[in-house]
Amino acid sequence: MTAELGSFALVLALVLSVAQAGLSIAGRVRGSAALAGAGEGAAAGAFLGVAFAFFALMIAFVTSDFSVANVAENSHTAKPLLYKIAGVWGSHDGSMLLWCLALTGFGAVIALSGGGLPARLKASAVATQGLLGTMFLAYAVFASNPLIRLANPPVEGASLNPILQDPFLAIHPPFLYAGYVGMSVVYSLAVAALIEGRIDAAWARWVRPWTLAAWSLLTIGIMLGSFWAYYELGWGGWWFWDPVENASFMPWLAATALLHSAVVTEKRGALATWTMFLALLAFTFSMLGAFLVRSGVLTSVHAFAVDPTRGTILLVILGVTAGAGFCLFAWRAPTLAPGGLFAPVSREGALILNNLFLSVCAFTVLLGTLYPLIGQALSGESVSIGPAYYNLTFTPLMAIVLLILPAGPLLAWKRGDLLGALQRLWWAAALAVAAAGVVLILSRPTKGLAVLGVGLGVWLIAGALAEVGERVRLGRAGFGEALRRLRGLPRGAFGMTLAHIGVGVFIMGAAYETAFRIEAAQVLSPGESLKVGAYALTLDGVGNAEGPNYLAERGAISVTRAGHPVCQAHPERRLYAPGRQTTSKVALCEQNLGDVYVVLGERRPGPHGALGWLVRVYWNPWARLIFIGPFLMALGGAVSLSDRRLRLGVPRRAARTAQVRA
Amino acid sequence: MIRDRFTRFNWRAACAVLGAIVCIGAASDPAERLADPAKEARARAVFQQVRCVVCQNESIDDSEADLAHDLRQSIRQQIVQGRSDGQIRAFLVTRYGEFILLKPRFSLGNAALWLAPFGLVLIAGGALIWRARRPADPAQTADLTPEEQARLNALGEN
Repeated sequence: MTAELGSFALVLALVLSVAQAGLSIAGRVRGSAALAGAGEGAAAGAFLGVAFAFFALMIAFVTSDFSVANVAENSHTAKPLLYKIAGVWGSHDGSMLLWCLALTGFGAVIALSGGGLPARLKASAVATQGLLGTMFLAYAVFASNPLIRLANPPVEGASLNPILQDPFLAIHPPFLYAGYVGMSVVYSLAVAALIEGRIDAAWARWVRPWTLAAWSLLTIGIMLGSFWAYYELGWGGWWFWDPVENASFMPWLAATALLHSAVVTEKRGALATWTMFLALLAFTFSMLGAFLVRSGVLTSVHAFAVDPTRGTILLVILGVTAGAGFCLFAWRAPTLAPGGLFAPVSREGALILNNLFLSVCAFTVLLGTLYPLIGQALSGESVSIGPAYYNLTFTPLMAIVLLILPAGPLLAWKRGDLLGALQRLWWAAALAVAAAGVVLILSRPTKGLAVLGVGLGVWLIAGALAEVGERVRLGRAGFGEALRRLRGLPRGAFGMTLAHIGVGVFIMGAAYETAFRIEAAQVLSPGESLKVGAYALTLDGVGNAEGPNYLAERGAISVTRAGHPVCQAHPERRLYAPGRQTTSKVALCEQNLGDVYVVLGERRPGPHGALGWLVRVYWNPWARLIFIGPFLMALGGAVSLSDRRLRLGVPRRAARTAQVRA
Repeated sequence: MIRDRFTRFNWRAACAVLGAIVCIGAASDPAERLADPAKEARARAVFQQVRCVVCQNESIDDSEADLAHDLRQSIRQQIVQGRSDGQIRAFLVTRYGEFILLKPRFSLGNAALWLAPFGLVLIAGGALIWRARRPADPAQTADLTPEEQARLNALGEN
């Protein structure tokens, strides 16, 4: 019964989405507040409908109702509760439902909370969101309904792939989807502004918090997915430049560019057209990702090719949404009034440079992802684009923009003083060169990547701190005065500093780990040991262990450094009974932000004939920085967001802050 | 049967599904290694640029598929025989086609692939410089009208 009610609620949500679009358009055209208000009510109703359907599917998963096809294919009675719940979005159909939930949820938030938006703009935005909801809900109802029953339900489900039964993987899709779909709000606001023919600072002020929220969630989602890959897949890689990863990275790059250009539009009224373009692009990339991952057109996801019809429908939705958005842009954008003037060397100029490089980087990722398809279509011969391509194109371009990053925030709006900015950064530069020098002298073998990466990372971190120091006039005013000024700084400033520090932390970790990771593998009998870097690992023994839905061989390995015990590692080889699949559970032993990464392999004869276990070990120095960095970036986004809410929500407090700063 | 379970990384899962095998850095297997560390390091560098053509988008350095194992063995042998990396890659391409190289070779056909990112930076950067040098259009200097400014201020306070 629950599944039928869920299906019914999903259809109801579709109808309400149609009503949302229709009523809002009517309200906008006739200028009727009552009709527009009804459209907003429908938006809230659509969200409730999808939420009900989502809840119904969750109940089906938790109660292991195998008469629902999706549950039978993706769940199992012995699966732990967390993975039963995560199973809701673990399949194609379920993840589309999660997408719809986020889409209607954001639609309801604009409808119910967008009180400060001009009435016409709001009606247009709610209508656009309703049209998006209509397309995706129609897709969910007619092509991928996860609540369909089976005529002959099986006694037991097929279970979720064990490699996906992992807490980080279980929680990362909600973040990722909230991030992807958060861009739909930005898209709707852009379309609404194009229809109303007005893009100004006030519009940018509305777009920024949405972009920030979506960007932060996307950052967290990508970071969690990357961390999962790092410790679950068993060879310590954290980014493979795979099309599926690129699909999440492209909207992130576009959103990062948008965040920066929206600042210019908000503060200076310039770049309005470009900001609008990026707003449309960010959601287009989100949908492109959804299409690439689900359609099976790329080799990476080939094995999961769902069914070409579904891919085609998604391509049509993508084409309609992006096509309509960009046609509207081409038609209306030239009529928009250009914004304020500025000199090339200025905060605006620096942000344009940022946007130039970020956009080209996004284009590079797009080209690398789609080129195999293009090549196949043009010459019939397919090529493979591996990490080497991105390392030679994306990485140097990104390095240039990161190199100029610290100077940007120190330049004034309209006309900046580059020499002055660089003078205020001299100690950051000195620190960066010193750090690079220390790596050059102390670490063996000499790796250029690590020297440059650490130098760049320190430059970014110190540069971000220098900017705060400059704002509070540290060193010029007294310490008490600096502290007082620090308290008076808006949260947005701290958010930016945190995010930029996060970039620096990430770069240091990524470069250092890539340059200095060490690998060792050996067949060990109990009592034998192997060395990786400064660490020695001794296999104490291998026992049996039992989990809720798997049996495991569990190794006990003592890790020592210079004779001193450091930690006990317990890597496992798990056999999941339901699908008879073997996976390996890596043991991580965190040491000074790096990981001793231990994998238990198969049992086989060793070099001396005695039976042992193949033990693989990696020493990944500074690996944790790779994940701490993006976390700091997302935290910076959240801090900035709290600032905006204060300023937008409580005018009196904003006035007081202004007085303090004056 | 195996559907798109998660939007990201699901190709890796295919590895476990297809062969019910553990995906671990396969090439480091001590049973396969060459005795000479310098030659072994060269072999590993080559592996990372060679696609396991039956896998989902993995290099033969990572894959435990049989084909990857055979290719690793073949490449290690060729290195022992003293063939250069370029000769080995040429051998692979004649046998399996361009598709097997994870780093596409620079050719007339894929010049666009390698040059487009840098070309785009130059073109867009050039256009920006050209625009910045152009004398300012007086129409662009118009500021907000007083009413617009008042409305903006009102919006900011809400």
